[in-house]
Amino acid sequence: MIKAILIFNNHGKPRLSKFYEHYSEDTEQQIIRETFHLVSKRDENVCNFLEGGMLIGGSDYKLIYRHYATLYFVFCVDSSESELGILDLIQVFVETLDKCFENVCELDLIFHVDKVHNILAEMVMGGMVLETNMNEIIMQVDAQNKMEKSEVSWTPPVPCMCMT
Amino acid sequence: MSPSIPLQEMIRAIRSARTQCEERGVIQRECAAIRAQFRQADNGARSHNLAKLLYVHMLGYPAHFGQMECVRMIASPRYSEKRVGYLGAMMLLDEKQDASLLITNSIKNDLSHSNQYVQSLALCTLACMGSAEMCRDLAPEIDRLLRASNSYIKKKAALCAVHIVRKVHELGELFAPAARSLLTEKNHGVLHGAVVLITELCERNPEALERFRKTVPDLVQIMKGLVISGYSPEHDVAGISDPFLQVRILRLLRILGRHSETASDAMNDLLAQVATNTDSTKTVGNAVLYETVLTVLDIKSESGLRVLAVNILGRFLLNNDRNIRYIAMMSLQKIVGTDHNAVQRHRGTIVDCLKDHDASVKRRALELSLALVSASNIRSMMKELLLFLSSCPPELRAQTASGIFNAAERYAPSQRWHIDTILHVLTTAGGDVRDETVPNLIQLITNTSELHCYTVHKLYRALLTDISQQPLVQVACWCIGEYGDLLLKGECQETEPAQVTEDDVLDSLETVLQSHMSAPATRGFALTATMKLSTRITDNVDRIRSIVSIYGSCIDVELQQRAVEYNALFKKYDHMRAAVLERMPVIEKNSLGQTNGESAVEAIKAVQPATVKQGEPPLPLQPANQVCDLLDLLGGSEEPLQPSSVQSGTASGLPINNSSTAGGDLLDLLGGFEPTPAAPAPAVTVYEKDGVNLTLLCEKHSDSGLTVTLTASNSNDSDISSFTLQAAVPKSVQLHMKAPSGDFLPARGAAKVTQMVVLNNPNKVNLKMRVRISYTSQGSACQDTVQIDSFPGL
Repeated sequence: MIKAILIFNNHGKPRLSKFYEHYSEDTEQQIIRETFHLVSKRDENVCNFLEGGMLIGGSDYKLIYRHYATLYFVFCVDSSESELGILDLIQVFVETLDKCFENVCELDLIFHVDKVHNILAEMVMGGMVLETNMNEIIMQVDAQNKMEKSEVSWTPPVPCMCMT
Repeated sequence: MSPSIPLQEMIRAIRSARTQCEERGVIQRECAAIRAQFRQADNGARSHNLAKLLYVHMLGYPAHFGQMECVRMIASPRYSEKRVGYLGAMMLLDEKQDASLLITNSIKNDLSHSNQYVQSLALCTLACMGSAEMCRDLAPEIDRLLRASNSYIKKKAALCAVHIVRKVHELGELFAPAARSLLTEKNHGVLHGAVVLITELCERNPEALERFRKTVPDLVQIMKGLVISGYSPEHDVAGISDPFLQVRILRLLRILGRHSETASDAMNDLLAQVATNTDSTKTVGNAVLYETVLTVLDIKSESGLRVLAVNILGRFLLNNDRNIRYIAMMSLQKIVGTDHNAVQRHRGTIVDCLKDHDASVKRRALELSLALVSASNIRSMMKELLLFLSSCPPELRAQTASGIFNAAERYAPSQRWHIDTILHVLTTAGGDVRDETVPNLIQLITNTSELHCYTVHKLYRALLTDISQQPLVQVACWCIGEYGDLLLKGECQETEPAQVTEDDVLDSLETVLQSHMSAPATRGFALTATMKLSTRITDNVDRIRSIVSIYGSCIDVELQQRAVEYNALFKKYDHMRAAVLERMPVIEKNSLGQTNGESAVEAIKAVQPATVKQGEPPLPLQPANQVCDLLDLLGGSEEPLQPSSVQSGTASGLPINNSSTAGGDLLDLLGGFEPTPAAPAPAVTVYEKDGVNLTLLCEKHSDSGLTVTLTASNSNDSDISSFTLQAAVPKSVQLHMKAPSGDFLPARGAAKVTQMVVLNNPNKVNLKMRVRISYTSQGSACQDTVQIDSFPGL
């Protein structure tokens, strides 16, 4: 099971944080900070698997991460997930983002964080991998966006608000 | 306008803030505005506000006031608002919040919505944060969706079902039939979800596992389709057809085939095919291969297949990519228990990985190396491990040290090597060892009397170089105190003797006493050692007297107490000083703290060689194989009682004999390991039959421990021989029987037999003891049992 998905930049600023188990807000921030601390210390050509974060849960959990330009994509998983599989999943996720945003960069993630959440929701649900076929994911996301846009163009008449 | 633009303006404003304080200001203003807008009845910008709030939440600012707004948004008929509302619910709500119950109804309605995207939102939220009650309420809905909907919804419903099963285990039964039927679907997403669901059901419930074994042929069929089929562009990842699904199916096959011959047979061909045909140049290929290897090694596969699997792992281990090496070591770790020899072949590569720069690889290599240590390679492996210890990252030190100790204990080729290894570890990583290392090492040293000279020389030299590593200093002080005379004698076979004078020794101990680096416990060791030396040296007793009296006014209460009592030993009890401070006897390995009969029985075998080495006559051993018979007698009792076993007392010079002469508390200071009996309480007769009389005396000596003395006498006209007692107590109580004083009861009460039993009752359960008496009288063997429910003096 995937415990958390975090995206943060080289300075530790969170760009996306999705937790599949409940933690308090303080704990969530602490986890982000601790993960950044662990991941930023790593060399460029070491392996992509990290163990030993204390907060997010002890000996069963590992961090699987990939570093793309200015962003770290970190998946915190337990032993029921295949490590190499998750590594590929990160690759698929980034390629999907690339297709949806057209040459995605960090700014896209910053200003369209809700869109990124929607894409992620098509891939991972409840901590489990849902869909890994990039085209299928994009198709669904496009359909939902179209639905939203069509709704917005038809807005019900808003009753005028009187100030009391 | 689309909902994101106001969000983007806010994000721009936050990013343009140049200091943390400015950013906080911007966010606080925005939050205030958002709160005000939430309070208003309705406006078109609700979704924007919630989106802004979620962004702020991600940055770490409090956002709980948005929870009710999420609930309202979810209930809205508009898709855009629902979307943001559900996202907010996933981020802000959890089962502990009351607001989460309010959305149950909305989710229920949305699950039957006509629009599949609304259904999917509801499913997603339920899978993320559904509480047990919500899951119970909505499970039938999910089951319906699993059977009759389009593939998009089916795959989501499958994963939602997994979440439900995790929360409420009993509902697994509900989903089993639907899961079975999903395996016939063509859509890979649905198949994937179905496999995950079946995996979850099998892991939770062994009966489900039995039922799903029948699906092995279907799974094999699906896998074959994936592996053999030609290029299918929609599922292709780097040349392999849907590797994610392949990995999942392999994992399920592993679980299904684990203890079943038939299932394993059905998979053999397939696994061989996957193992040979998968392309291993890309990561995806390696992922599938890795999963195949794990499956082959876990099920009852044929030996040819196993060899193939281990070879694949060997290839992984030599791969340049560190990820692959890491993975290989993880899987070798899993099989090192079962296929030990196969893994031993790769020992060289694994030991090389200890020197890798990557901390994760090092960690894996360490665990694997510790598992590979065996009697034949102990010397070379230990060299490597000690080298690793001196350069390893700090977070791995404690694990390495304890691993080295365990390995040394199990496979030490000689005592001297063992002691050397422990000393080496203490000098390199003294701060990271566990607390019980010090007593264990002391026990080891006392047990090897021929090496006392060597040990004390080595430790003295170590003490001279460095007094910062506390465990080392403690052991060194203890040794110098015990064996200082050997050090001063100046001759030693094993190592170069040091020309040490009494002043030098006392100097070094005093340095430890006065150093600010010494912990209070270490100081205690040093003071006691100084005191012990007063009987071992001849010239500087006055110096010792003065040191001891100085510490009589030390601020540390523990040291002060020791010093005052030692002073008393000098003044009032000088005649006893030699007896009290004489050399410690061999410490029994199974002193207080050992629990049940099994470990005590092993300890007998371990202690036996030690007694033989000492050259002392072993005391008569009570057979421990009657333990099981006692259990038959105890068949009727409600509480399972624990069998006891009798141990051999080893050295006859137990401190317990000294205790009656010197004060009991002095021995506690000197680390006495045996409890001392205090003033006797009145004895109670517990058994009287056929002329055999058994009385019980018990004294408490600590909060949970007490000593019971059983005294037997014989009032018959004929003698009784082979008199033995065995005892059993409730499970949580620890029992330790001492050697009886004898086994012959002469007639007419001419002499008695006593046996002491030490009990430790940490959980303070109701103390009961059943005692079995067996003896031979007039040529016939007799046996009886008595149950003792009350202990006077408790």
